[in-house]
Amino acid sequence: MRGWPLIRAWTILVYTFMFLPVAVVILLAFNANQFGAFPMTGFSLRWFVALWENDAIVRAFQTSLTLGLMTAIISTTLGVLASLALVRYDFPGKNSISTLLIAPILVPEVVLAVALLLFLQMLNIPKSFFLLLMGHVIFTLPFVVLVVQARLVAVKKDYEEAARSLGASPIQAFFQITLPLILPAVMAGGLFAFTISFDDITGTLFWKPGGVETVPTQIFAMLRNSISPEINALGAVMIMLTTGLPLIGIGVARWSASRRNK
Amino acid sequence: MPLPTIFARDEIIMSTAVTLDNIVKRFGTFTAVHPLNLEIEQGSFLTLLGPSGCGKTTTLRMIAGLLDPTEGDILVKGQRVNTVPIHKRNLGIVFQSYALFPHKTIFENVAFGLKYRDVSKAEVEQKVKAAMELVQLPDMGDRYPTQLSGGQQQRIALARAIVIEPDVLLLDEPLSALDANLREDMRVELKNIQEKLGVTTVFVTHDQGEALAMSDNIVVMRDGRIEQVGSPWDVYNRPASEFVAQFLGASNLMDVSVEGAGADKVAIELPHFGKLEVDTTQVPKGNASQKGKLVLRAEKLQLSDAKAKLPAGHVSAKGTVEAVDYLGQSVRYFVHVGDQKLQAINTVGQALFNQGEAAQVHFDPQNCTLLGD
Ligand SMILES: Nc1ncnc2c1ncn2[C@@H]1O[C@H](COP(=O)(O)OP(=O)(O)OP(=O)(O)O)[C@@H](O)[C@H]1O
Ligand SMILES: [Mg+2]
Repeated sequence: MRGWPLIRAWTILVYTFMFLPVAVVILLAFNANQFGAFPMTGFSLRWFVALWENDAIVRAFQTSLTLGLMTAIISTTLGVLASLALVRYDFPGKNSISTLLIAPILVPEVVLAVALLLFLQMLNIPKSFFLLLMGHVIFTLPFVVLVVQARLVAVKKDYEEAARSLGASPIQAFFQITLPLILPAVMAGGLFAFTISFDDITGTLFWKPGGVETVPTQIFAMLRNSISPEINALGAVMIMLTTGLPLIGIGVARWSASRRNK
Repeated sequence: MPLPTIFARDEIIMSTAVTLDNIVKRFGTFTAVHPLNLEIEQGSFLTLLGPSGCGKTTTLRMIAGLLDPTEGDILVKGQRVNTVPIHKRNLGIVFQSYALFPHKTIFENVAFGLKYRDVSKAEVEQKVKAAMELVQLPDMGDRYPTQLSGGQQQRIALARAIVIEPDVLLLDEPLSALDANLREDMRVELKNIQEKLGVTTVFVTHDQGEALAMSDNIVVMRDGRIEQVGSPWDVYNRPASEFVAQFLGASNLMDVSVEGAGADKVAIELPHFGKLEVDTTQVPKGNASQKGKLVLRAEKLQLSDAKAKLPAGHVSAKGTVEAVDYLGQSVRYFVHVGDQKLQAINTVGQALFNQGEAAQVHFDPQNCTLLGD
C-alpha cells in the first residue's frame, strides 16, 4: 500500500494539467480586465455581451448549431438503419460494410479530410455547405453505429417477432417496439454526433466553403489576429454546451428508466 | 333436425387447420428439416416432441412465418400461406422467453394485437379483461412486465396470444423456464384453456411428460424427420421405432425370431421366455420380418418369487437381480436373464427383491410391440 500516496498525487497532477486550462478559460471569461489575462480585476459579463454583439461570432454560432443539428439527425437516422441491417439481417459483404462504416474513426482525421478534399477536387465539385455536412456525417456515423449496434444486440429479436405475430407490419413493429427499446442509445448516438460536429475543427477547416465559419474555425481565425477576451467567453459557452447537453441526455435517460421500474 | 345440417357441422369440426406439405428447411448445406408431411386437425392439441436439435423449433417457425421453407407448402385452413407475411397470418405465438414488451404495461401488452384489428375501444377493454381473467391475473393491468414473476409473465404472454382469437396457437417450450411445481400447474391450466377455447395448438417440447399429459397427438421427431405420429397412448404403448421406444420412458428391447404370421396373430420365439403370440395390431409397420425386436415397457415387466403363480397369459423366465433403484413409489430393478439385461419398474406394494436374489420375471404379451428389423 506504500505506493498509493504517490499514485494519488500523480493522478491529481494529471487531472489538474488537463482541466486547469479549462477552468482558467471559464474564470477569465468573467474577468472585467480588458486584456483577458490575470490578474482578475472584477466580475463582469461584458465579454458575453460583446460576443452577442459580434455579428461574425453570432453567425458562426448559427452555422455550428445548424451543422451540428443536421449532422446529428442525418447521422442518427443512417446509423440506426445501418445498425438494423448489420444486426438483424444477413447479407453478402456484411463484414466489409461493417468495417467501412467504422473506418473513419480509425483513420486520422487529417488524412480523411485531405482525402475527401482531393477527391472532390478531382471530380471538380466545388466546396459547399452540403459537402461540409456530408463530411461531418461520415466521421460521426461510426459513433452512432457503435452505440446503437451494441444496444440492438441486447434487444432480443423475440420482441419484434412477437409484435409481428400480433399483426404489426415491419415498420409498425420498428416504431412500436424496437425504437423505444433502443431509444437511449439512439439519443446518446445523436448527442455524440452533435457534440463531435460542434467541436470539430480539422475536417471543417479543409471542407468549409469560403465565407462560412463555424465556432471553432472562427475562434481559430480570431486567435491569429489577437487574443481577445471574447475568446474566453466563447470558450466558456462552448464548454457549457458540449458538456451540458450530454449531462441533460443522461438525466433524461435515467428519468425514463426509473419511471418504468418504479 | 334435418340430417344434412349435422353432416355439415361434423365436416367443419373434423377439418384440417394446418397442412405441411413436403416442407424442407436447409441452412446452407445443412438440412434441418427433411421432406415433412403433417396434418393438424382443427381444434386439436399437437405436440412436436424430440431431442435437442431435431428441428422442432424450425418446423414451428415455418408454420409461424418466421422462417421460409426451402421447399414445400404450408396451408392454413386450406389456404397456402407460404407468401403471406407473418403479420397477416393471424397466429398466436408464445415464446420461451415470453417476449413481453418491457416498455408497455400489462394491459398494453395484452391489447397490442387488437390495435391492428377492427376492434372498438370498449371491445378492447372487454376482450383484454376476459383474457386476463382466463389466465387468472385480472388485476395486473397497470404493472410493467418486470414487476411480474416468471409464472405470471408466462400467463400474460398466453393472454396476449389468445386475445386476438388466432387460427392457430404456437408455443415453443413455453414451460421450460418455470420451476418444476409451477410447470405441472401450468401444464394443466394451459390444457384447460386450450380446451375451453378450442383453439388449434402446436406445442414444442423435449419433455415427454408434458407431451404425454397434454396432447391429442404427438409427433416424435429425430434429425429433422418424423419418427411417429400418434396419440399419447399410441406413441407410448405402440412405438413405431426403436428410437421412439427409447425416447419415451424406459423400455426393454429384445431380439426375437418370427415363427409365423397369421391373419391376426404373429407367433414369435423369445430366447429364455419361449414361444408367445402377439396381435397384428401390435406390429406397427404391418408385416413382421424374420427377425425383429420386441419392445416391452419397464413398467410391464414384473418380478415375483420363483414359486408364485403367474397371472393368466403371462410368459416368464428366470433371472437374477443385479441392481435395485428405489424411486419412491416404485422400484427399478436391473435383472439379468441369461445374457439379456432387462429393466423392470414395479410398485413398492409388490414383493421386494434385493441385489443378488433370484426372481421370476414375467409379462403379458398383450403389452409389447413387435418391431421389424
Ligand atoms: N439459423 C440457423 N442456421 C443454421 N442452422 C440452424 C439455424 N437454426 C437452426 N439450425 C440447426 O437446425 C437444427 C434444428 O434446430 P431447431 O432449433 O429446430 O432444434 P430444436 O428441435 O428446436 O432443438 P431444441 O430442443 O434444442 O430447441 C439444429 O441442428 C440447428 O443447429
Ligand atoms: Mg427449439
